[in-house]
Amino acid sequence: MAVDESFVGRCYPPVRSYEVGREKIRDFAQAIGDPNPVYTDPEAARALGHPDVIAPPTFVFSITFRAAGIVLEDPKLGLDYSRVVHRSQKFTYSRPVRVGDVLEVTSTIESVKSLRGNELLEIRGDVYDTAGELVVTTLCALVARRDEES
Amino acid sequence: MAAKIAFAETEVGTELPPQSFAATRATLVRYAGASGDFNPIHWNERFAREVGLENVIAHGMFTMAEAARVVTDWVGDPAAVVDYGVQFSRQVIVPDDDQGARIDVTAQVAAVVDEAARTVRVDLTAMSDGQKVLGRARAVVALA
Repeated sequence: MAVDESFVGRCYPPVRSYEVGREKIRDFAQAIGDPNPVYTDPEAARALGHPDVIAPPTFVFSITFRAAGIVLEDPKLGLDYSRVVHRSQKFTYSRPVRVGDVLEVTSTIESVKSLRGNELLEIRGDVYDTAGELVVTTLCALVARRDEES
Repeated sequence: MAAKIAFAETEVGTELPPQSFAATRATLVRYAGASGDFNPIHWNERFAREVGLENVIAHGMFTMAEAARVVTDWVGDPAAVVDYGVQFSRQVIVPDDDQGARIDVTAQVAAVVDEAARTVRVDLTAMSDGQKVLGRARAVVALA
């Protein structure tokens, strides 16, 4: 089933907020093997001019991808999630994600197209803090590979 | 934001210190837990083969995170990265052994983006098993 191209521009408001935890940042930094103290040591973070520890650049993907679930699972869109692979990813930062941030994501379908039977879908995630300031914009391109049997 | 690399001392062609990263099955399990991405193609060989993959593959976002370290270690403050994007052009196959996969990342300053903002574009190359695994891997970095 083809993805419905009329969905381009459709916007999905935040469903729930995400609070960035200190130990979650530490776990993520450890999982990527990054010993940079700016992720774990408030003093080291302050020495670089941050109020407290910050998250590694790609940390926010977990938040935006979770938010994008509402798009991917929209039955009206017609995407077969079992055939989806991650094609590209981009982050544009206004500021780093910090411990204690309470973030909300607005997801927008940026583009939808078919290419040789594969469905390409681009989802933008605008991540805001509680003050309503934009923290980071993410662009996630997914491909639903062609179903060989159909 | 406190970049330790000065814009004035950086030019197009400046090479960043390269780094190599290992990804074993244990690395992927840990990344799955920390990121919340539990797709079985990243830890279940039987499932990976069933969906047509050669073997378990690393999370694309894991490779993207490792490649970023070449930039953040160079510039000092990760907040100096103002823009970062990659294409996942090829999968990183992670065999079930103690070595796992190796991802070699090199990077160089490719262009000045904005002189007033002291931003440069860094182009990254990530290789695994002799193949480029990221395409158009680029970071825009604000220097001191």
